[in-house]
Amino acid sequence: MLQDKDRIFTNIYGFGDVGLAGARARGDWNGTKDILARGREAIVDAIKKSGLRGRGGAGFGTGMKWSFMPKEIGARPHFLVINADEGEPGTCKDREILRHEPHKLIEGALIASFAIGAHACYCYMRGEFLREAEALQQAADEARAAGLIGPNACGSGWDFEFHIHLGAGAYICGEESALIESLEGKKGQPRLKPPFPANVGLYGCPTTVNNVESIAVAPTILRRGPEWFAGIGRPNNVGTKLFNISGHVNNPCTVEEEMGIPLKELIEVHAGGVRGGWDNLLAVIPGGSSVPMIPKGICETVKMDFDSLREVKSGLGTGAVIVMDKSTDVIRAIARLSRFYKHESCGQCTPCREGTGWLARMMERMVRGDAEPDEIDVLEQVTRQVEGNTICALADAAAWPVQGLLRHFRPELERRIAEARARQSGRAA
Amino acid sequence: MSARSFTFDADNLKRAEAIVTKYPVGRQASAVMPLLDLAQRQDGGSLTQAAMDYIADYLKMPPIRVYEVASFYTMFNLKPVGKHHVQVCTNLPCWLRGSDVIADTCKRTLGIGFGETTADGQFTLNEVECLGACVNAPMMQINDDYYEDLDPDTTRAVLSVLKQGGKPKTGSQMGRRSCEPKTGLTTLKDIQPKGKKK
Repeated sequence: MLQDKDRIFTNIYGFGDVGLAGARARGDWNGTKDILARGREAIVDAIKKSGLRGRGGAGFGTGMKWSFMPKEIGARPHFLVINADEGEPGTCKDREILRHEPHKLIEGALIASFAIGAHACYCYMRGEFLREAEALQQAADEARAAGLIGPNACGSGWDFEFHIHLGAGAYICGEESALIESLEGKKGQPRLKPPFPANVGLYGCPTTVNNVESIAVAPTILRRGPEWFAGIGRPNNVGTKLFNISGHVNNPCTVEEEMGIPLKELIEVHAGGVRGGWDNLLAVIPGGSSVPMIPKGICETVKMDFDSLREVKSGLGTGAVIVMDKSTDVIRAIARLSRFYKHESCGQCTPCREGTGWLARMMERMVRGDAEPDEIDVLEQVTRQVEGNTICALADAAAWPVQGLLRHFRPELERRIAEARARQSGRAA
Repeated sequence: MSARSFTFDADNLKRAEAIVTKYPVGRQASAVMPLLDLAQRQDGGSLTQAAMDYIADYLKMPPIRVYEVASFYTMFNLKPVGKHHVQVCTNLPCWLRGSDVIADTCKRTLGIGFGETTADGQFTLNEVECLGACVNAPMMQINDDYYEDLDPDTTRAVLSVLKQGGKPKTGSQMGRRSCEPKTGLTTLKDIQPKGKKK
């Protein structure tokens, strides 16, 4: 278990002063100028060495991503874009950084921007986070007034502007290229890759898009050293991570823990255990709505990190743990997610536009058992045809929860269909 | 809310100017979403074609590009909404913690269904997708604020305060500061001051 001395977000619950004085007392903005003085390459190397993997879901190496930016700043300016469009069902970690630890994010934005050669950062926040945007703006104003950002930020000689941009309610804008389109003033429809944003991003310029948490942990990593961060967790899955534990637990909460903490420990120690006790557990969606669920048997021993969860055919995703106890209608639960993805498909790719509709309608029938038994296979086929055949991963995200359901709860679907048929024939008789 | 014409009022003109300066010269189209939001607020919660045309003109964009944006994002209302726009999250984490009951409580208390507005124009009720406050489920958003950790009683209480023209307490309705475990901290016990919870 992580000790408090190794926690990065020491004001995550907002009990302390959110403002600059409070942030400074917690260590933020301490020696930022010296960090910048190490130079671009040293900063990127340190983040690489720390083993930090992106906290937005995909888990790509943050330092590696930074290193993809052109070394020289040419005619096109570079941009940092922070993805604060938090909307993956189950996920509410970035919200707490935005409203309770805004200075960590702004300091991280300065350092990351410097490291990738950007003089401007846009923080794209979901539009519903208006209060969080106000808190972040207040912090940015304070930082600017104190000379920490703006011209000659922290006395480093680097000019840096930090801007907040609010979205307006579209899950798809959490996908980085859709986010860029949206930031340019268009519909949020993902772009074909390549070219990748590091070459052609915002306004056609080299751009790095990072999750809020990835940026906010960077200053502490650079202050305490990459070895410190890399020493927490287990190889290839290092550092601390914010987890959200929601659903059927006694004390839903957000907590910073070490990567690789056993799922059971996370739930029992921090979330007060499963409602009705551990044996009342049915299944867990361990990384936000897009990752396949895992049944109780796997939950007994699985560790909360990228590789451990991939080994059990699920994923760490955003670290959002959705707990379902035995009272849950698990088919209805997944049907609700299918409805979500249908609602949020941007409509650009046919397999997604049509496929998410198919999945949602079929899942709705499966809830009632209003289906032929062999339609369970059709359902599976639809998920396979949708998966991997679209520009972005939303279609995959729609397919995986259904696949997880079929993998672990197929008998439940079969029973529901059989029961519905029995009722039908009873009525007919 | 005349659909005939639209211009930003003096305050919003100033705000619009400031917003456009956030983006590089020639990239003023980036301001379309924040400007649509300003217009929607000025016009009582929804967008008219006149407002969209005005913004297109203001940003030197073809009007169709503005319509496209306005119709893509759910926070832009192309039909009028009530003074209080009640949006109940019904996505999985909220559903697991009883959002069905919260939705029913809203429907009964307001006497309307999803997608409807009360006769006096005070309340519009909708269901909404995940609002990113899942450890504080079930929750709803009313205009700019979140009301979290709801049960039927607190849901009725929030709506009742609004009906009487008051301002309900926002955030957790069961006395949590934010997203900490409700029975006490499991981390940061020595770092954060105690005794702030009810």
